Amino acid sequence: MPSEKQICLNTSGLTKIYGFGANRTIAVDHVDLKLYEGEVVSIVGESGSGKTTLAKMLLGLISSSEGDIYFQGVKRDISSQKKKQEYWKNIQAIFQDPFSSYNIFNKIDSVLLDCIHMRGGRNLPREKKVEMMTEACSFVNLKFEELTNKYPFELSGGQMQRLMIARIFLLKPKILLADEPTSMIDACSRATILDMLMQLRKEIGMTVIFITHDIGLAYYVSDTVYIMEHGRFVEFGTADEVILHPREPYTQRLINDVPKIYEEWDLTTV
Amino acid sequence: MKHTLQQIFRSPKFVVGFSIFAAIVLIVIVYPIFITDPPLGIIGQGTFFPPGIYVSAYDSLGSPKYILNLSDAATKRIAAKLGDQERTDIHDWLVADGIPESEIDIHDTEKLLEQWAQNYDPNKKVQGMTFAKQRYYQRLDTSLKGLLSTEGAIIAQKNPETGALEESSMIKQADYVNVSEVASVRFLPFGTDNFGRDVLTELVAATRTSLQIGLVAGLVATLIGLTLGLLAGYVGGMVDDVINFITNLFIVIPSFVLLILISYSVGQEQRGPFLVATVIGLTAWPWTARAVRAQVISLRNRDHVNLSKLSGHSIVHIILTDILPYIASYVIMALILQISSGILAEAGLSILGLGPKTTETPTLGLMMNWAMIYQAHIQGRWWAYFPVLMTIALITFSMNLMNTGLDQVFNPALRD
Repeated sequence: MPSEKQICLNTSGLTKIYGFGANRTIAVDHVDLKLYEGEVVSIVGESGSGKTTLAKMLLGLISSSEGDIYFQGVKRDISSQKKKQEYWKNIQAIFQDPFSSYNIFNKIDSVLLDCIHMRGGRNLPREKKVEMMTEACSFVNLKFEELTNKYPFELSGGQMQRLMIARIFLLKPKILLADEPTSMIDACSRATILDMLMQLRKEIGMTVIFITHDIGLAYYVSDTVYIMEHGRFVEFGTADEVILHPREPYTQRLINDVPKIYEEWDLTTV
Repeated sequence: MKHTLQQIFRSPKFVVGFSIFAAIVLIVIVYPIFITDPPLGIIGQGTFFPPGIYVSAYDSLGSPKYILNLSDAATKRIAAKLGDQERTDIHDWLVADGIPESEIDIHDTEKLLEQWAQNYDPNKKVQGMTFAKQRYYQRLDTSLKGLLSTEGAIIAQKNPETGALEESSMIKQADYVNVSEVASVRFLPFGTDNFGRDVLTELVAATRTSLQIGLVAGLVATLIGLTLGLLAGYVGGMVDDVINFITNLFIVIPSFVLLILISYSVGQEQRGPFLVATVIGLTAWPWTARAVRAQVISLRNRDHVNLSKLSGHSIVHIILTDILPYIASYVIMALILQISSGILAEAGLSILGLGPKTTETPTLGLMMNWAMIYQAHIQGRWWAYFPVLMTIALITFSMNLMNTGLDQVFNPALRD
């Protein structure tokens, strides 16, 4: 955990309630999250535990029913389109399904150009833009010359997700919210993508929020782990604390649900 | 895009529908180039001339004569005047006149005509015979005169000085003229209507106007429906509630009743084809709005829309580039349906006499209206309304077929 401990993003009593009356569902229930700069945080929980709803609230894509979000100690204000754009320069996301993350009618160039424009590079000369895009693509082991004028659906899932990381490379946000970025990717590409994310994090000093159901992955990447059940944080602490010495039965169950093959590997390597 | 077009034109349903529609449009465009008569020009003196080739009787007198000795010519000539119905009628009269039934043989033409000529008296009152029937027998008598004659007919012209008739030529029974040598021949494939207009020329012009009305109505309805649907679906919340309320209001009120009321209150003088089209469009949008709203709601929470938001795009930009292309195929299908229902709505309105103003342009509905007012259906003048019916049916059929074809291309679950 970084030593300066500057708070980057925190929430107090954040709640989201869907529907009303008999259909009332509390998706996120009074969540207090503290996020320090440069930290990697994992939010782990089953499907339906409210992880994605929490992520969308943090991103400002949906409004919260109760509670506040503070960005760098100041209450977040996204009341106008301009303020939203300003906020989104600081927080970006990678979504779960790379196949549905792209507009199939837009070419890859326009996806990357949007990022350059968002960073205020709208008036840069064309050559400079191409140079930036090439740099971003080579960071994720893609060749821009091969991608230009192609549509996203012509790429494989792994390539699309790498393009997403290239997007983050261009945007250089303070916080990255990765919503199960590897769950739709095959096991071989998974490690590559995680490594790229971690390398990018080191390079631009991002704070990363990992949202995942895979507690092994959370242990592998994160400093702090939050365990989420039915919209609440039931347990949190450093990765070692939570995963090696779980207190809650829910956390123990999550750990036990990890396929046994990992355990056997662990035994052989120890 | 190119791939989609290829797929669309490989769908048999779409191709059939498109061919029918394209043929109709082609006829509408090409026909007026060759037949330049005004569509509402009155050419016939009288109502409902049957379909056929009209040869100028006067011109055929002056055309070169050819002698053809055809053995069945006389039989045909007699059969045309003295069919089975006429023979039975003559039999009835003769029986009523007191001739014993055993003496009458209706199949012996010569004897029958002889008996008729001897016994028929136009002034004789037969018990229980209507006046119309008496007039019919008088006409029959005139038409039978000289039926068995083997002489030709003499053509005489009036001498302008003396005023006396002078024989100018003689037409023998075996004289024929070649139709292509007669100076004036007019082919009326669908005859004339109640005003004596050429139905085909009128029909082509009417199809053109009706297609335009359908297009305008469809565009107006789709534009309104699309805008409201996009706004309600994407913005949501209060805007959605208000738009939904208005849409439901329009759905609950039967749109045809609304259409009748608006058309009536606008008044006969102001009702041009395009005003009627706009009115139709203004009442037809709710279903498009509803369907678009439903589609947009399912799209607005997709990741690519979220990503577009995160890239700082404005609402207008997101609607135009991230939502609209995804529902474009659906909107085109809705447009096609709206066009065909616009044509049907115009026909329905015009039959009720609430269509466009009647003096300038024909529409399919107006032609039906005229045919109905002049009782073409009761008199059996099928050519005044049946071609119109077929045109309406073909247009809507082809459009629905295109729609089904498109549906199968865009929605693979529906492919056979």
